[in-house]
Amino acid sequence: MSKKSSESANAFQKIMKKITATNTSLLLTITIAIFLFMYLFAIIFVGGSFTKPQAFLDILNNNACLIILACGMSIVMITGGIDISVGGVVALVSMCCAVYLDKRGGSVLGAIVISLLIGLAFGAFQGFLVAYLDIQPFIVTLAGMFFARGMVTIVCEVPFNVEHAGFVALKDSRIEIPFLGSFNRLGQFIPGSSEVGVIVSLIVVVVLFVIMKWTRLGRAFYAVGGNAQSAMMLGINVRRTRFLSHLICGLMAGIGGFVYFMHVGSGSPAHATGYEMNAIAAAIIGGTMLSGGVGNIMGAFFGVLSLATIKNIVAAWGLQDAWWTGITIATMICLFLIIQSIVSAVRSNKKR
Amino acid sequence: MKIFKKLIGSQIMLPLIALLVLVLFNLIWDPSFFAISLGANNAGDPILKGNLVTIFDYGSELAILAIGMTLVTAASGGQDISVGATIAIAGSVILRIIRGNEVNVDTMKAPLIVAFIAAVVATMLVGAFNGALVSFFKVPPMVATLIMFTAGRSIAGWINNYDNIYIGDPRFKIFGGVVPGFPVPTAIIIALVCMIVIALVLKFTTLGLYAQSVGINEKSAKLNGINPIFVKFLTFVLLGVCCAVCGLIQTSRLGTINYSNISLNIEMDAILAVALGGNALGGGKFNMASSVLGAYIIQFLTVTLYKLDVPSTAISAYKAVVVIILVVISSPVVTKKIKEMKSRRNAKEAARKAGVE
Amino acid sequence: MSGVVPVAHARKYFFRDGMNMEKEVLKARNIYKSFPGVKALQGVDFTLREGEIHALMGENGAGKSTLIKVLTGVYTKDEGNICLDDKEVSIHSPEAAQKVGISTVYQEISLCPNLTVAENLYIGRDGKIWKNWRSMNKAAKQLLESLDIPAEPTEQLANCSIAIQQMVAIARSVDMKCKVLILDEPTSSLDENEVQKLFGLMLDLKKRGVGIIFVTHFLDQVYAVCDRITVLRDGKLVGEYLISELPRVQLVSKMLGKDMDDLSDIKSIAKKYDGEDSGKEIFSAHELQSNADIKPFDMSVKKGEINGFTGLLGSGRSECVRAVFGADKVIGGYLDKNGKRIKVKKPIDAMKSGIAYLPEDRKNDGIIGELSVRDNIILALQVLKGPFRPFSKAEAQKFAEEYINLLDIKTASADTPIKSLSGGNQQKVILARWLLTHPEYLILDEPTRGIDVGTKVEIQKLVLQLASEGVSVTFISSEIDEMVRTCSRLIVMRDRQKVGELSGDDVSQQKIMSTIAGD
Repeated sequence: MSKKSSESANAFQKIMKKITATNTSLLLTITIAIFLFMYLFAIIFVGGSFTKPQAFLDILNNNACLIILACGMSIVMITGGIDISVGGVVALVSMCCAVYLDKRGGSVLGAIVISLLIGLAFGAFQGFLVAYLDIQPFIVTLAGMFFARGMVTIVCEVPFNVEHAGFVALKDSRIEIPFLGSFNRLGQFIPGSSEVGVIVSLIVVVVLFVIMKWTRLGRAFYAVGGNAQSAMMLGINVRRTRFLSHLICGLMAGIGGFVYFMHVGSGSPAHATGYEMNAIAAAIIGGTMLSGGVGNIMGAFFGVLSLATIKNIVAAWGLQDAWWTGITIATMICLFLIIQSIVSAVRSNKKR
Repeated sequence: MKIFKKLIGSQIMLPLIALLVLVLFNLIWDPSFFAISLGANNAGDPILKGNLVTIFDYGSELAILAIGMTLVTAASGGQDISVGATIAIAGSVILRIIRGNEVNVDTMKAPLIVAFIAAVVATMLVGAFNGALVSFFKVPPMVATLIMFTAGRSIAGWINNYDNIYIGDPRFKIFGGVVPGFPVPTAIIIALVCMIVIALVLKFTTLGLYAQSVGINEKSAKLNGINPIFVKFLTFVLLGVCCAVCGLIQTSRLGTINYSNISLNIEMDAILAVALGGNALGGGKFNMASSVLGAYIIQFLTVTLYKLDVPSTAISAYKAVVVIILVVISSPVVTKKIKEMKSRRNAKEAARKAGVE
Repeated sequence: MSGVVPVAHARKYFFRDGMNMEKEVLKARNIYKSFPGVKALQGVDFTLREGEIHALMGENGAGKSTLIKVLTGVYTKDEGNICLDDKEVSIHSPEAAQKVGISTVYQEISLCPNLTVAENLYIGRDGKIWKNWRSMNKAAKQLLESLDIPAEPTEQLANCSIAIQQMVAIARSVDMKCKVLILDEPTSSLDENEVQKLFGLMLDLKKRGVGIIFVTHFLDQVYAVCDRITVLRDGKLVGEYLISELPRVQLVSKMLGKDMDDLSDIKSIAKKYDGEDSGKEIFSAHELQSNADIKPFDMSVKKGEINGFTGLLGSGRSECVRAVFGADKVIGGYLDKNGKRIKVKKPIDAMKSGIAYLPEDRKNDGIIGELSVRDNIILALQVLKGPFRPFSKAEAQKFAEEYINLLDIKTASADTPIKSLSGGNQQKVILARWLLTHPEYLILDEPTRGIDVGTKVEIQKLVLQLASEGVSVTFISSEIDEMVRTCSRLIVMRDRQKVGELSGDDVSQQKIMSTIAGD
């Protein structure tokens, strides 16, 4: 008996050691724990739709684009940069696709290609300026955001819904997940359903997670963010790495833009306002440090979920005012920033 | 000649070149751009009119903000992205006090000075909050101010319960218009006063030296007896004061406030002004005059674009292009390349001359 | 893997006599490099043979670091050629240097603190996209064990000590089968034990046929491990010598370009302070303790006295003086000035009581890089004067020029940013900053670290002169002979605790060593 308990204590210690080994894993654990706690809280004290699995699926449905953006943002932030053009790019992508489908009679496939090309173009151009001309990422992507937002109105000033048949079919297609279903008031079983975008976002999360964790490029992102000078001395091509981080983020903005477009099915200059800030917020909540070198793709994923959950809790309490959403998100960022600052302070003290 | 030579190497060169390009462009496009005339405003008071006046008038807020933003950038190595939201709070506080309990106000219910002081206190508190996060908790400025950026406009709305207020009192409109009988827009005067104040502050205190020291090497500054936490904190509070002044001008211009639209994106313009002034956004050395000049150039650009019939929503795209061109020209890599090219050409010429002789 | 294993790798060379000309692995000929206003290298030749440890010596500004940066691709040379194994190579980036087999370990660790030890060993080396982490960790473990480095491959590098980090950097170079290994001041942050370990590693590599270029300011270390010395001065080659043919005194005089008065005479030249208040205790600390993990300690300094803290690196000597200056948070004890209690919570409190502190880490704690030499000099005095009474530019200029002349600081003008000065001159600027405040008590923490011999002597002389004028000084140095030469009283630290105090004839190398060792 005692042997067994000491064994489990050992195992516990081992896990604890693993968690506290790096800032990345520690912050990630905190994020996941807080998310689970929040969701549990919602189920118990808010109840209502939170008890149904569909509520969770809806969070994913509504935030698939943000998940993709937050992943791209995390990569740039881990590499020590920032990209605040993503919201603008999403708006531009959905507007271009809308115009292409409805006014130019294009195909869905063509729209996808356009999305990717726009994202890559932004990523490549901004990446080039940041990496090869040594211009501050903040300024470059700020200009990128201005440009994208301006271009949206130049392409088309009025918002409109897309009626292209093939696209509407794609937009309305749902993937049914029977085991996440629930019974409605009449006792009918309704299977859980998720949009196509969710699948895309999950694939993106998995692919980027693998890249960041197990490839040379992924580790190079961390190395450059941790200490660019050292990374150069270690033989890493710092410029190329920085460039690629922005390129990937741009590509994610392109993919995210199309996913967003599939969700809303319209083009509008007002689309995705504030998404860049939401993506940054999600990355921070997910444990990515703005100073670079620390962060995790899974963290970004859970960061978005946490943000969405808290928004839903606030809404479920009937506090619909924009003021409450703003305040809660702000409080949340504040909380996580303080956790981060405590973690790094404790660590540097320990080292002494 | 000597002054000219000194200018060439200095930081203010970049904004000066940008200014020159804009001026030349407008001269060629439409020489009447620079005409100034004396007209009258709605109330019948004399006011100077013309594009140049517009630039200086509407560039005032930006110039005032650029002052605070330059200090924050120098000391903390980051930027405050919550200034737009803070201006909204300031405006809201001012209106809250002078409106009493009414929505449509013809005469102010409280002295304006009280309202303004309250706004200054409010924005100083916002600045203190940002400053505390940055200096005590060592949060990067951009992220710390992200909080106020998200919450600020909500707070502004909450202060006035999202009411649609209109202040009709002509005494309140002075700050966004003119003092009766004096044709220069008041905002220009206010901006000038702010510039003089900051010039005096920089001359008669060591704020500049301290802010730069902290921005360049915080640990070292600390060991020289400077309190980096306080210096950073102070810069954010000062920026808060700048925001209060802007809030006054903005609400006075319109007599009302749109919580989600007032000074929208002004933080971007303010940061651009600092960057255009050739100041490193990573902190350290700064040149205040350069930043202020940068602010007016951005306004110059905006006005120029309006004159070219660019729709207001699309203006940001053109601005972005100009900004990109500017930062590319001033980027270290490109300037080095240009220098190399120049020296190579000089060498070639020298070789040719030598050959001739 | 691009670094080809040399054929000689398996063979064992012992080139102790060094007389026969062995295979020259690196030949740099006629290297020129200039920066705006400075001719850093003027036709320098350098030759490195297989399996030798070659010291590169010279004062600051002699061109050592420029030569190394040219060899490692940080700078591109203006003229000249570099041959590796008789083939001319072009080295245009650190990456390219690594590819042809030239590896460098810098004084400031150039590894990534947020990656694991194993990742630091293998990142940036091969073109494979995927990493087999298990086999990588295994290989890392083997490598670390073979070199006797106590580090776990999966440990985050930031959690390792500086010495281990340094060794990991060397292990990386070794594993890359480098032909030329450049060690740039590797020993400056290691304690004696770790230095010996490093030497073991170097001799091991030498046996494997690696050519090592060793840059250090410690003469003892040069004579302990090196085979040959190349001396540079003012960007020109002075000569290449076998270690056995160049006695220390000659080496120093070749580096300085003049015959130097013997260092050991410094103390006898110096006058003792003989004011009427000499011998009076001016500052004393009682049970002082800071949050930097040191045990409470007592300390005192008399008027015109030079005392010192000695002990191995990490023994807490810097932390003690930092506590006196209020640089770390004081959590216990108090400080007396002339017998009266004073409150020192922050550096500014200490400064107001007449204490000045020149920190150990010049780059991170001392200079304010982008600011001009002038601003750097007046900074401390300005802070003392208060925020509302700034110096005019003319006043500041006057102060700056006075001290630039007084300390013979080599700078283009007072407007030059301090970061473009050489290490020794930066140190002089910091010294000027504190001298300008006319301190009663000057704390110098490693003022001679990482600077050239000439400046070292100048600083020591200056310290003695200041003391003779009545300034109390605390002097800390890693080089015990420097301490013996300058200090009249020594506080010995071990394991973050004061373990003894030596004065008079006890201030000798042997006595200090034995006290540190705790015999």
